[in-house]
Amino acid sequence: MLELQHIYYTVHEPDGELGILKDISLTIDDHRLVVFTGPNGGGKTTLAKIIMGLAKPTTGRILWNGEDITDLGITERAKRGISYGFQQPPRFKGLTVRDLLTIAAGDEKLSKDRCCQYLTKVGLCANDYLDREVDASLSGGEVKRIEIATILARSAQLMIFDEPEAGIDLWSFARLTETFEQIHKAGSATMIVISHQERIISLADEVVVIGEGSIRHRGSVDEILPEILADTLGACPVLTRGGAAL
Amino acid sequence: MMDTEVDRELLEKIADLVGKPVGAFNIRKDTGCDGRQSTEHIEITGKTDKAGIDIRVKPGTEGETCHIPVIITKPGVQEMVYNDFYIGENSNVNIVAGCGIHNCGDQTSRHDGVHTFYVGKNSHVHYTEKHYGDGDGKGGKIMNPQTIVYLEEGASIQMDTTQIRGIDSTKRYTKIVCGKNAEAVITERLLTHGEQVAESDMEIVLDGENSRGRVISRSVAQDHSQQLFKPLVTGNAKCFGHVQCDSIIMGDAKIRSIPEIAANCTEAQLIHEAAIGKIAGDQLLKLQTLGLTEEEAEDFILKGFLA
Repeated sequence: MLELQHIYYTVHEPDGELGILKDISLTIDDHRLVVFTGPNGGGKTTLAKIIMGLAKPTTGRILWNGEDITDLGITERAKRGISYGFQQPPRFKGLTVRDLLTIAAGDEKLSKDRCCQYLTKVGLCANDYLDREVDASLSGGEVKRIEIATILARSAQLMIFDEPEAGIDLWSFARLTETFEQIHKAGSATMIVISHQERIISLADEVVVIGEGSIRHRGSVDEILPEILADTLGACPVLTRGGAAL
Repeated sequence: MMDTEVDRELLEKIADLVGKPVGAFNIRKDTGCDGRQSTEHIEITGKTDKAGIDIRVKPGTEGETCHIPVIITKPGVQEMVYNDFYIGENSNVNIVAGCGIHNCGDQTSRHDGVHTFYVGKNSHVHYTEKHYGDGDGKGGKIMNPQTIVYLEEGASIQMDTTQIRGIDSTKRYTKIVCGKNAEAVITERLLTHGEQVAESDMEIVLDGENSRGRVISRSVAQDHSQQLFKPLVTGNAKCFGHVQCDSIIMGDAKIRSIPEIAANCTEAQLIHEAAIGKIAGDQLLKLQTLGLTEEEAEDFILKGFLA
């Protein structure tokens, strides 16, 4: 179980302090699929980074399976079963897809078959990619799919995906949502997915809308999705609900 | 041959040799010959006018490997060695060179080597050269290798050089002249640390029509070490040349990378790229999220980069 208790994240600007996250408290039970959604700049990625240890909260506590992990580093959290798929993954000259999957799986003798399983789930063929370097020769979408494959290889108890759909094509996206659905059905991991995609949101047990550093709404898909759509349309001065675009 | 633990460790590091080599070999130790063997197709003979050996590969030799490592285990050894390779036509051979210096004394040990290859028509040479130094003495460990290659029509060389670690000073010079339809590929891997200095001058001269040359240089400079790279590809005919230099800079190191391309023919197509940068923070963070410590992540990145 993941518990976030009164998380604040504040940065210092020339003209004063800026609150990125303001008193976020949230509990996520095991094996739930929770989607964080909301407007850009609302604090979703910062919150996800705080869970992984990539950012340190100004105040507040993080508990994972009852243990206070607030002061633990990234590596310690990774070893406790937390994983994180970057929105814009880095590239590595000299490191191959196989190298990254091997490290992710923590198995120096990771078989080609296992690699193939992870890559297939993100729509890549092991024969084409396993020995390729994760460098500039790969497209943004390919790197993103490899990133997701490393999270699958980790088989972590908590998987955090930051906008996994960004930069990948429609076919791979469909494959990805199937994979999320399978993991969820198997009950093998808790998943936090930052997403704006209705297809991914619709998979969630719970949707958390984060805006201006706070939790604006949370609830089931049926409760939240209509509100999101209403907000989306309402926020647009051109569109009106149920009306045609002008 | 391979009498001591030091000998064995050096030979394994620089030439992947465990036990007596199979095939043709010449092991040079502390300026003397520590073992030599020719085969039916590869003949090794000592020079009579200066230090060094001649390696003659018969035409049509296929798939044989020749090991010619050099080890220096005594402090204060300084030598200049000339090795000449005559590769007969239509051959395909592996030449494994390399030099290891173990210096436990206060005097400098230094190996300067000049390798000259004459590669016959339609032959391919895979040349591997690794350099390594160890020992806790104050004496310097210096290596200055020169490699000159002449490729006849349709010949090719894949030259893989690696400075593993422990070499205080190196000045490398490589020149490959390509004839018609010849191809030269140089991959250079170089690590410096401490106060070490390294300089690498390379030139691929694309003289022949449809010749191709490629330089792939990757280096890591740590601590206060300094590196200078000057790869040059010259196109004198219809040809293709590509120079790619990538360096990772760490600590208080300094790197200068000066790739150059020169075209003397309108049909020459030449490209160069060079980049120097530190290990990106997001690379370290990504590997930490996969369970590595920051130090393990750094090692993993460097190992992959120099592989």
